Amino acid sequence: MTAQTEHLAAGGHGAPAHGPQIHGHAQEGTNTALMGMLLFIGSEVMFFSGLFAAYFTVKGMNDVWPPQGFAEHIEPFPLPAILTAVLIISSFTMQWAVSAIRRGDRQGMVRGLSVTMVLGILFLIGQLYDYSTLGFGINSGIYGSLFFTMTGFHGAHVFGGVLGIFVVTSRGASGQFSAKHHVAVEAVSAYWHFVDIVWIVLFTTLYFLR
Amino acid sequence: MATTALPQTGTYSRAWLYDWLTTTDHKKIGIMYITSSFIFFLVGGVLALGIRTQLWVPHNTFLDPTLYNQVFTMHGTTMIFFFVMPMLAGFGNYAMPLMIGAADMAFPRINALAFWIIPFSGILLFSGFLLGGAANAGWTSYAPLSEAKYSGVGQDLWIMSILLNGVSSILGAINFLVTIFKLRAPGMTLLRMPIFVWTVLVTAVLLLFAVPVLASALVMLFIDRNYGGSFFDPASGGDAILWQNVFWFFGHPEVYIMILPAFGIISETTPVFSHKPIFGYKAFVLATIAIGVMSFGVWAHHMFATGAVYLPFFSLTTFLIGVPTGVKMFNWTFTMVRGKIQFTTAMLFTVAFLMSFLIGGLDGVFAAATPVDFAITDTYFIVSHIHYVLFGGSATAIMAGIYYWFPKMFGRKLDERIGKVHFVLWFVGTQMTFFSMHLLGLAGMPRRIEDYAPTAWEPLNQLETIGAFVIALSMAVFLWNVFVSARSGEIAEDDPWDANTLEWATTSPPPPHNFDSLPEIHSERPLFDLKHGGAHGGPPLPALAGDGGGAA
Repeated sequence: MTAQTEHLAAGGHGAPAHGPQIHGHAQEGTNTALMGMLLFIGSEVMFFSGLFAAYFTVKGMNDVWPPQGFAEHIEPFPLPAILTAVLIISSFTMQWAVSAIRRGDRQGMVRGLSVTMVLGILFLIGQLYDYSTLGFGINSGIYGSLFFTMTGFHGAHVFGGVLGIFVVTSRGASGQFSAKHHVAVEAVSAYWHFVDIVWIVLFTTLYFLR
Repeated sequence: MATTALPQTGTYSRAWLYDWLTTTDHKKIGIMYITSSFIFFLVGGVLALGIRTQLWVPHNTFLDPTLYNQVFTMHGTTMIFFFVMPMLAGFGNYAMPLMIGAADMAFPRINALAFWIIPFSGILLFSGFLLGGAANAGWTSYAPLSEAKYSGVGQDLWIMSILLNGVSSILGAINFLVTIFKLRAPGMTLLRMPIFVWTVLVTAVLLLFAVPVLASALVMLFIDRNYGGSFFDPASGGDAILWQNVFWFFGHPEVYIMILPAFGIISETTPVFSHKPIFGYKAFVLATIAIGVMSFGVWAHHMFATGAVYLPFFSLTTFLIGVPTGVKMFNWTFTMVRGKIQFTTAMLFTVAFLMSFLIGGLDGVFAAATPVDFAITDTYFIVSHIHYVLFGGSATAIMAGIYYWFPKMFGRKLDERIGKVHFVLWFVGTQMTFFSMHLLGLAGMPRRIEDYAPTAWEPLNQLETIGAFVIALSMAVFLWNVFVSARSGEIAEDDPWDANTLEWATTSPPPPHNFDSLPEIHSERPLFDLKHGGAHGGPPLPALAGDGGGAA
């Protein structure tokens, strides 16, 4: 990432006005837009860290966890486990789409993205169904607040990811992206993997770390 | 002078307005950040005058207690989130891309978005005054005071406004980081970046990792207030101290977010007006990074009195973080030693910064000792500490920055004589207002109260109130200076201060694309090298070749 002085040596004093050193868009290293997305994901990690910190603080204050009356509702099998599988598979289909466009296979990319999008929507529908059967709500004491805030914000991020996938899918379907130019796909993919990882941590925390 | 082609007279004013409203030029966005922050500074200042007027005599009825709570809450919130932070972001926006030889920020449209969020979230915040009362739980909004039981709609507006403000901060931080990592000119290695750019870099990292944690706290509070959540309600299993932990995990890095770019400004003005390179460049960079890292490990010193935190650890880390800050004091002091110091208004503000920040910083180290903290917590001593670092520190550095970069921004210098009147009033007012708060604090006067008993506290309070109005007068002088200088100030050359960094290598104001050509970069002072020959082992360079420095 260090800028290269050799350019200057060649250009000499008073280098040309519109050379790469003026606009400075270095070709090497991480793509500018992708770096922006990765940093954004960094901030998202900290947002979820705040919620996890709250969860573990409250958990540490309680001898019985989940509190009485909640434990029987928090069953990892079957639905939450199936949804977890759906999301993990969607990460693989996302990677399938990314490697397709890296080869220049736009059709393969659109197929991969479409499957990923369907899986993401399936996850959201499953989560809404799960919510409706839980028997407690966000106002049912601290456990309900934590459960719905954490899974709810994760769900909102899945929804955002689905929107992002929709945008790149339709752009791909209209003939955009190539083996060289597909940074939007890479960015959406990075975001999607992040959302997936958050879910894995969340699933483990809520259903297994008791 | 870079004059862009002027449109015909008839269409000029509309085009001018349209141009500013839709611009993605980092320089214009920077100026808009600075202008908007300055307006909020005046608003927050008026609120401060309200506080000081109420405290003029005991049993005063100028502001009733309910309104007083709103006024000090809005004063703190405005000054922190709508003055200091966006003001420093404005300097970062204006100067940083120029200093690294870039044509603009990495994401110009996101940059415009990040700016425009600020005034609108500010309006959202202040709309509370018209909708049944603004937020009144202090800028820290401690639960349970900020819960629905005790605070009205103003608190919800506060939450939404600060969330939006945080979105702006995160977008800005990403933009700063990508710009610094990707758009540096050839030769501008990390260790050749001006100190100001380094402080912007570390600040952006702090913003990126601290602000989202505040967002999570705000979201939890909002759910508590509006959807029956129980995060901060011990009665239904929550934890009131949790708010303080999450808030201060953001809140302490925030302190450095508000001071590091100010350090950066001082690190530009000190060498330029001492006519020496900065003393210990690498030590300064390391100290900046060390402050950034350590700032995430000191938050609980705001919570000593809760009895819920591990005192020895947080006391020790708080003492330790004073070390890199002390390193910087030496950097600045030894930059001035044996320098040919030129007391321009910007340099006067710089020296005032060093003095005030030294006092404020030592107050902080003093309070790091837990027994001392127990004695002075929630007294006016803390109010004094925070105003010495934020007003005597950040705000004074901001003034230095305005006098320093104004010629670059507008092509005219601010008037030095009016500037010195501004400085004297500002400095005297600052010391009058904030020094005696130490004494009131040690005497036990609690902060955030609207009344006090008729005691020896009265004359000190009156001194502070007079000081506050002296500061207000200094701002009137400053506005007069801007008004006069913008119309008929001395025309600034490209490099009016004989400075070191790249923003002075282009015209004043710079053209939209910033540079027609860049000097070679062999050190952290590329413009100095160009004017006076190479440094730091770089090859000697030809004198002005008509493409940089003094060429207009």
